[in-house]
Amino acid sequence: MPNPSKIRASLKDGVTEVRVLMQHEMDNGRRKDEAGKLIPAWYITEFKALHNGRTVLAGQFGTSVSRNPYLVFRFRGGVAGDKVSIDWVDNRNETRTDEVLIA
Amino acid sequence: MHGLDHNMIDTGRRRALVTGGSFGLLGLFTVLGLMPSFARAGVSREAFESMTLSEAFAALGGLIPQDSALISLSAPDVAENGAVVPVTVETSLAGIEQISILVDKNPTMLVASLEFPAGTESFITTRIKMAQTSSVIALVKADGRFYKTSKEVKVTQGGC
Repeated sequence: MPNPSKIRASLKDGVTEVRVLMQHEMDNGRRKDEAGKLIPAWYITEFKALHNGRTVLAGQFGTSVSRNPYLVFRFRGGVAGDKVSIDWVDNRNETRTDEVLIA
Repeated sequence: MHGLDHNMIDTGRRRALVTGGSFGLLGLFTVLGLMPSFARAGVSREAFESMTLSEAFAALGGLIPQDSALISLSAPDVAENGAVVPVTVETSLAGIEQISILVDKNPTMLVASLEFPAGTESFITTRIKMAQTSSVIALVKADGRFYKTSKEVKVTQGGC
């Protein structure tokens, strides 16, 4: 089971700012371990951010997003107490969904 | 699960689209409401295999993006650790649909491609890996057209 994403969503002047840290190795498939063996590529390929079930940001990643992908984005229309969730899927088809309430 | 559990189908669908000829199946998914939500979001995975900038632009749908002063790209002048380079893209272009981040001298150019629905501000911050000193490019799709801006980032210790 992958580790949970850390999410913070805070409302200011009608705009919700979301900060997300997805916990993932994001291996690009070109690094080698101590034994000199290639570490296979393992990375988040797609994610989606939803506000009360409506998509507010969606995206695709390649292997050049840093380990533990970090995102900051902002959307209008959020109210304190609303749900913001982050879904992701990686190239092994592992998934993770986490949510937070807008503060 | 917001459609994540349909991802296997999604992958299959993309493949079907690439190889062509499976529109009957695609139609069936649509009728059954199985159209995975991720399928609507964005570029084909092939875009992430691009080895040159022009290949990446073509894969993203913007063959010759126009330079735009309305895009601001913030990244450090010098990145000591290429494994973690903070990047922020912001634009005042109207009708923004997509922001992509590319690194010219990485083994594969395209880092991330993000879809912005109406109501989401034209702003994104993330952290990227850079193999060596290179241009970082922000590619913005707005009202169906492509615009770009770039910035040179010196990398002390490559981190790809």
